[in-house]
Amino acid sequence: MKKRKQTREVKYVKPAKQEIRQTKQAGGNFLDKLYAYRDAHVNVFVSSLIRLADSPFNTIMTIAVLSIAIALAAGFQLVVSNMEALTANLENSTQFTIFLKDNVSDARAAKVAESFRQNPAILQVNVIGKDQALEEFKHYSGFGDAIGILKTNPLPVVLQVMPKNSLGDKNQLEELRQEFQQDENVDTVDMDMLWVERLQSIMGLVHSGLTMLKFVLLVSALFIAGNTIRLELHSRREEVIIAKLVGATNGFIQRPFIYSGFLMGFISGVIAWFIVTVMMFMMRQSVNELSELYGGDFHLVFFSFADTFCLVFASAALGMLASWSVLKYQLRHTIPE
Amino acid sequence: MLKFDNVCKRYPETGEVLRNVSFHLRHGEIAFLTGHSGAGKSTLLKLIGVMERCSRGQILLDGQDLSGAKESQLPFLRRKMGFIYQDYKLLQDRTVFDNVALPLVIAGYGHQEISRKVRASLDKVGLAGKEKKYPIALSGGEQQRVGIARAFVNKPPIIIADEPTGNLDPDLAMEIMRLFVSFQQVGVTVLIASHDISLITKMNHRVLKLDHGQLVSE
Ligand SMILES: Nc1ncnc2c1ncn2[C@@H]1O[C@H](COP(=O)(O)OP(=O)(O)OP(=O)(O)O)[C@@H](O)[C@H]1O
Ligand SMILES: [Mg+2]
Repeated sequence: MKKRKQTREVKYVKPAKQEIRQTKQAGGNFLDKLYAYRDAHVNVFVSSLIRLADSPFNTIMTIAVLSIAIALAAGFQLVVSNMEALTANLENSTQFTIFLKDNVSDARAAKVAESFRQNPAILQVNVIGKDQALEEFKHYSGFGDAIGILKTNPLPVVLQVMPKNSLGDKNQLEELRQEFQQDENVDTVDMDMLWVERLQSIMGLVHSGLTMLKFVLLVSALFIAGNTIRLELHSRREEVIIAKLVGATNGFIQRPFIYSGFLMGFISGVIAWFIVTVMMFMMRQSVNELSELYGGDFHLVFFSFADTFCLVFASAALGMLASWSVLKYQLRHTIPE
Repeated sequence: MLKFDNVCKRYPETGEVLRNVSFHLRHGEIAFLTGHSGAGKSTLLKLIGVMERCSRGQILLDGQDLSGAKESQLPFLRRKMGFIYQDYKLLQDRTVFDNVALPLVIAGYGHQEISRKVRASLDKVGLAGKEKKYPIALSGGEQQRVGIARAFVNKPPIIIADEPTGNLDPDLAMEIMRLFVSFQQVGVTVLIASHDISLITKMNHRVLKLDHGQLVSE
C-alpha cells in the first residue's frame, strides 16, 4: 500500500532514469524489507510505550482521568441495563383483578374462569369466591364484627388473572382488558398497571439522562486523550520537524502517536472495567438482599465477555481516534523551518 | 536539474525578500550562494525544500514544479534532496547510526540495506566506527559530518547546504568543502549557501551572489 503510493508519486514526478532504478532498488530483497516493516512497527510500539513511561506523571494523570470517565460511562450503561432487566421483571407481575357482577354465583364464576383459561394469552386465573372474599375482608379490614351482622354477603366474586410473560406490550394488555370487559358477567376490570407505567416513564427519563451523560463523558474522554497527545507532540516537535525534513509522510510521523493513543485507551479501558467490577461486587450483596425482601428473583446484570471485550477495545479505539484527530489538525501546523 | 524562473518571495512581516531570482543549475554542477546577512540565502534554500512557498515565479526540480507541488507530494520530493544545516539538526537522543539511518527508515528500506548504506555513508565522511556514539559526544565538525552523511545516505540527486561551515575552523571548513566536491564528482548537484568569501574564492566554482534579494552576479 505504502510502496504503491510511493511508486505512483515517483512516476508523477517523472524522474531521471537513474532515480527510477534507485527507487526500484529501495529495500533490497523482499524478505529483508518485510522484516524491516515488521520491526519498524514493533519498534514504534515499544518506543510509544517508552514515551508514555518517559513522562509518567502526565501519563498516569491522563490514564486516571480517562479510566474514571470510561468507568462512569460504562457504569451508566450497566445501570440502564439493570433497569431494563428490572422493568422486564415488573411487567411479568402485571395482573388483572376482575370484579364480577353481584348476582353472579360462585358456580357461575367458575365457568367464567374456565372460559378465560381457554384464552392462550392467559397464564392463570384464580377465583376468589364470595365466602373467601368475605373472610379476607373480615380479617384484613377490622370490621369483622360489623360484617357479622349482615344477612347476605355483599361482596362480588373476584377473578385474579395473570397474563402470559410475553405480554409486555401495553396494547396487548389493553385488548385483553376490553375482552374481559365485554363478558356479561363482568362488572369492572382493574389493571394493576398504573404504577408500572409510572415507573417505566420515570425510568425512561433516567435512561435518556444517563445516555446523554454517557455521551458527554465519552466526548470529554476524547478531549483528555487528545490533549495528552497534543502535549506529547509538542515535546517531540523537534523530532517531528527533522523527520519531515528528510521526507517523512504524515502517516509515518503519526504512527507512534496513534500507538500511544491506543495504549492509553486500552489501559484505561482495562482499569475502568476493574473499577466497575469492584463497585458491582460491593453492591451485589445489598441488591440481592433487597430483591429477596420483595420476593423477587432479580439479579444484577453484569458485563458479559463480549461487553468486556467491547469496553476495552472501544476505549482503545477512542484513544486512537483522539490521537488521530489531533494529529490531523496539528501536523498541518508543524511546518519545518 | 534545478531551475529558478523569476522567483519572488515576500513575507507579510518583512516584505519582498527575494526579487526576480532566475538561475539554472545543471545536473552534477556545484555552486555557491553568497550575499550579506539577510540577503535571502536561507530563504532561497527553503523554497527549494518547499519549507516555504514562493509568492511568484516557478521553481523546477528535474522538470517538476516545486512551487505548485501538493502537500502530499512533499515527502517524496524531499527524499530526492539532501539538506544540511548550520545547526546540524540531529536527534540528540539517537545514536549516530540511527540519525543517519532516518531517511532510509522513512523510505522503508530493509535492515541489511540500511546497515550497508549507513556504514558506507559514514565511511565517506570519515566517521567509521562512531555509529554507536550520541551526537552530544561529538565535536561540532563531527556532528556536521553526521548531518552530511544523513543528507547523502539516500544518494539524492541534489544536496543543499545552508552555511555548513559556519561553526568550523578554516581547516575543517576546507575539509567539509572537499567532501561536497567529492559528491559533485559522482554526479550529485550541489548548492551551498555561505558568506565565507575567502573559502569560496579558494574553491573556484560557480558563485551566485544575492544582494537584498536580487541575484547580482554569477
Ligand atoms: N519566516 C520569516 N518571516 C518573515 N521574515 C523572514 C522570515 N525568514 C526570513 N525573513 C526575512 O528575510 C530576509 C532574508 O532572510 P534570510 O534568512 O534568507 O537571510 P540570509 O541571507 O540567510 O542571512 P544570513 O546570512 O544571516 O543567514 C531577512 O530580512 C529576514 O528578516
Ligand atoms: Mg541564513
